[in-house]
Amino acid sequence: MNTAVTDRSQSASPARGSDSRRLTERIFRIRESGIVAVLIVFVAVTTVVQHRFLSTTNITFVLTNTTVFALLALGETMVVISRNVDLSIGSVLGLSAYVSANLFGKVHGIPIAAVFAVGIGIGLACGLANGLMVSLGRVPSLVVTLATLYIVRGIDILIVGGNEVIASTLPPGFIQIARANVVGVPYLAIVIAACVGIGAYYLRSYRSGRELYAIGSSPEAARLAGIPVARRVCTAFAISGVIAGIAGVIWAAEYQTVDSTAGTGYELSVIAAVVVGGVAIFGGSGSVVGAAIGALLLGTINSALYVLGISPFWDQAIAGFLLLLAITLDRAIAVRLLAALRVRSSRAR
Amino acid sequence: MRASPVFPRTGRQALAGLGQRALRWETGLAVLAVAIFAFGAIDSPSAFLTSSNLFNAGVTNGEFAIMALPMTLIIISGEIDLSVASVLGMSSALLGVLWMHHWPMLGIFAVLLVAGAAAGLINGLLVTRAGLPSLAVTIGTLALYRGIAIIVLGSNSVSNFPSGYATIGVLPVPHLGIPYSIAIFIVLAIIFGVVLHATPLGRAIFAMGNNAETALFSGIRVKRVKTGLFVVSGMTCAVAGALWTFRLDTAVQGNGVGAELNVVAIVLLAGVSIFGGKGSIPGVVLAVVTFALLQNTLLLTSFNQEAYGIIVGALLLVSVFVPQAGALAARIRGMVRTSPPVQPAAPSVSRQ
Repeated sequence: MNTAVTDRSQSASPARGSDSRRLTERIFRIRESGIVAVLIVFVAVTTVVQHRFLSTTNITFVLTNTTVFALLALGETMVVISRNVDLSIGSVLGLSAYVSANLFGKVHGIPIAAVFAVGIGIGLACGLANGLMVSLGRVPSLVVTLATLYIVRGIDILIVGGNEVIASTLPPGFIQIARANVVGVPYLAIVIAACVGIGAYYLRSYRSGRELYAIGSSPEAARLAGIPVARRVCTAFAISGVIAGIAGVIWAAEYQTVDSTAGTGYELSVIAAVVVGGVAIFGGSGSVVGAAIGALLLGTINSALYVLGISPFWDQAIAGFLLLLAITLDRAIAVRLLAALRVRSSRAR
Repeated sequence: MRASPVFPRTGRQALAGLGQRALRWETGLAVLAVAIFAFGAIDSPSAFLTSSNLFNAGVTNGEFAIMALPMTLIIISGEIDLSVASVLGMSSALLGVLWMHHWPMLGIFAVLLVAGAAAGLINGLLVTRAGLPSLAVTIGTLALYRGIAIIVLGSNSVSNFPSGYATIGVLPVPHLGIPYSIAIFIVLAIIFGVVLHATPLGRAIFAMGNNAETALFSGIRVKRVKTGLFVVSGMTCAVAGALWTFRLDTAVQGNGVGAELNVVAIVLLAGVSIFGGKGSIPGVVLAVVTFALLQNTLLLTSFNQEAYGIIVGALLLVSVFVPQAGALAARIRGMVRTSPPVQPAAPSVSRQ
């Protein structure tokens, strides 16, 4: 019963006629623009109350804080669209952050690109392990990635011991990665926006991208249609792992002090951003752009509460409330859409 | 040859077929627990086999154990509750702030139970009446309830609870020699076990986990039962919150952060299927014992005990792969024999 509902982000089949296609497209646009509208209203209201909110400093601050989450949300979205979930990203980020940043202290004059390569390698290894276990072992991804959440964090703790990476061992060029900006917009945010754009284009226009939606809508039907389900799911996990690895290196550049707790609990924040961004938790629907805006919205809320002088103690309750509101609204829209589509198709007959 | 490529077994059917193996899973857990116990007793007899050490092993896992019981019922019914640790934290924060305002302890307990029930009711109504996936709902309430704990308590830290309560983490139940939390766990385990395995309600919970639609058409009030389970979970976690607070003699906003994953790990280790419809309370009791012994044994060895997550994770993987081992081996044999490789004969994607 989910299938028809969660299918809505894909364009309707031509057989249904242009009427229903226009309807689907319109709703699709509403889905994306809904969260944008929330973001704009939120920013507008906050700015009216406190002009400081739209200052360059604050915009830079919000964007910098959002980058890691938006990046992680990109990988998580691909996994969630395929009706899976990746809970291990926080741990992978932590492992990658420590091991890669620690290289600066150990290997004198190591190029930054090599450090990123190490982070990517760690992420790829973890992501492939998840992907192979889920796709070949045919076991639920929730359990597998819960297990790797523990295992990767455990390995991280064993490697780190009681140590930590401190800022003075990091080269200035590395720290600049998170700080460099053009008229207040961090380069990093631009790069990540480009990544999200590429991801969105891939999921929208490439065959293997579309196949992820098909798998998420109905794994069974996707398999019978000849889609290599195992390979696609494995790839989605590998990409999510690689992204978590890269995010780890960026995290290290941003915070500069890395111990064994880096990224703890990020998995649930990222899933929250993904769900707020309109990605259906049971797959088959949603976009990486929505997920990135979801991450931006959650980051904006945190900052807005601070700027408005509301105690930061309210952050989490409001974030939780918004998440519940988002999924409830999403469900209401889905039910309406299903009813509308039924009317259309019966009229067409 | 492929047997029936058109109507392959779904993951759930395959798991249901493993029902008869459940007993064997619990036997395996019992053997594992005994093996860990034997290892601890032989490896460090002077430290392991002391009453204070075993007391500690129990007391540090008591709250997880208690929260695992309602979680088991919820997962068997086909849902999940990730907000348990936040309900614990909210309960702990309320306890702290009300005690700070000199409320009588009995009044505080009543408030905690009502708050826990309300938290569970919100989860249950959003899942059953609004028709939202419990995974998403309880990630939302995980943030919401923790947020309430933070609002209520702020950066305060409340301690100095009356000595009768503050000592429950140190002193055993009189005449029994076991920690209070473990005594409560035993009582609750018996109640939950009887309800799940010996009443129509228990059968209904299994039925809706196997197929909610069929259960509904069989006259089971699926929505009402599921809502009830979430309420019970909320109240149980409220109790766990009070125990946690008294054990540490501290109410802070961060009490129990992240514990939901420990609880889910215990329940999955117990052989409860994440797809619902399969599991048992004896299995959960054995998983709790295994978990506690494992953690305690590692504490006494030179192994960095903070990294015991590696072993928890490995056990989790074992818990999902061992029941699949036969099918997996057959599939690999099939892959080797037939080339070019055929399409996989079962869905490789989980529901969640």
